[in-house]
Amino acid sequence: MIIQFVLSFFLLFALSRVVLQVRSAKISIGAFLFWSSLFVFALVGVVDPNVTSYFANFLGIGRGSDVVFYISIALLYYLIFRFSIALEDTRREITEIVRRIALKDDLVKKTSRIRSHRRK
Amino acid sequence: MIKLLIILPAYNEEKVIGKVLKSLPRKINQIIKVDLLVVDDGSTDDTQEICRSCNVLVIHHLINRGLGAALCTGFTYAVNHHYNYVVTFDADGQHSPSDIGRLLKPLLSKTADVVIGSRMLNLQSMPLTRRFVNFFSNLITLLFYKIWTTDSQSGLRGFTLSALQKIRVRTQRMEVSSEIFKEISRHHLIFAEVPISSLYTNYSLQKGQRITNAPNVFYKLLLNNFR
Repeated sequence: MIIQFVLSFFLLFALSRVVLQVRSAKISIGAFLFWSSLFVFALVGVVDPNVTSYFANFLGIGRGSDVVFYISIALLYYLIFRFSIALEDTRREITEIVRRIALKDDLVKKTSRIRSHRRK
Repeated sequence: MIKLLIILPAYNEEKVIGKVLKSLPRKINQIIKVDLLVVDDGSTDDTQEICRSCNVLVIHHLINRGLGAALCTGFTYAVNHHYNYVVTFDADGQHSPSDIGRLLKPLLSKTADVVIGSRMLNLQSMPLTRRFVNFFSNLITLLFYKIWTTDSQSGLRGFTLSALQKIRVRTQRMEVSSEIFKEISRHHLIFAEVPISSLYTNYSLQKGQRITNAPNVFYKLLLNNFR
C-alpha cells in the first residue's frame, strides 16, 4: 500500500511537470502526448495492478509485472536511441557555429588586411 | 585560371606541421595557383602560430570539433573561393608530397571526379593493426554504402570543384573518411584510386585511426544512417 501511495504521488508530480512544460512551450504537443499517456498508463497500473494482468493476458504474457518490464526495456532502448540522435544534432549545430565563426574570422582578417594595405 | 587548394586539417601538430608545410609544392604543372590551407581544429599548442609564420592560409576552429568538421570547413572555403581542385593532406607527415601530382592526374584529365590515394595499392610495410583497421573500415564502407575501396581511411584525396559542390559532409570525426564514399555513391561520382606511399612513424601512428576507435566509428555511421 505504501509503495502504491509513493509511486502514485511521484507519477502525479511527473504528470504535473509535463503539463507545466507544455504550457510554457518547452516541449512539443507530440512530446506532451507521449509523456502524459506514459505516466497516466503507469498511474493506472499502480492504482489498479489488475489492469496490467488484463494486458498480460491479452498479449499472451504470463504476469502483469512482466508486461511492464518488457515495455519499459523497449521504451528505454528507444529513448536512448532518440537521445543519441538529439545529441548528435546538438554536436552538429555546435560545429556549424564554430565553422561560421572560423570562416567569418578569416573574412574579417582579410578585409582588415586589405584596408591596412590601402592606407599604406 | 586553374587553382588548387591543399587542405590540411590539423590538431596539436606543432611538432611536425612546419616541416610538412615546407615540404608541400607551391607550383604544380598545369596549375596556375597553389594555395595551402590549414584548418586548425582548436589546437591548444602552437600549431596556429607556426602555420601563420609559414605564410599559408589558416582557419581556426575555436574548439576542437574533429577531422570531419575540419575537412568540411576546408571544403566550404574551397567552394566559396572557387578552387578548381582540392586535395586533402594529413598534417602528421604521413603522406609524401610527390604523390599530389599523381593524385591530380585523373582529375586534370577529367577521368575522375574524386581520387583516393590508396596505401594498399603500394606494397609496403603497413603495420598489421593498421591493415586490420583498414580492412574492417573497407568492409563497413561496402556494407553501408555499397562501394568497394582498398583504402577507405586514406587522408590523401583529390576532388574537382563540381564534386565538392555535391558532397555534403555531416559526420564530424574520423567517420568522415567512410562518409565521403557514401557521397561518392549517392551522387554517382566517378571515383579512382592511385597508389601512394606512406611514412609510418610513432608520431603518425599515434595520430591516426586506432583500433579502439573502430566501434565508435561504426556506431556513429550507424546512427547517421537513421537520420
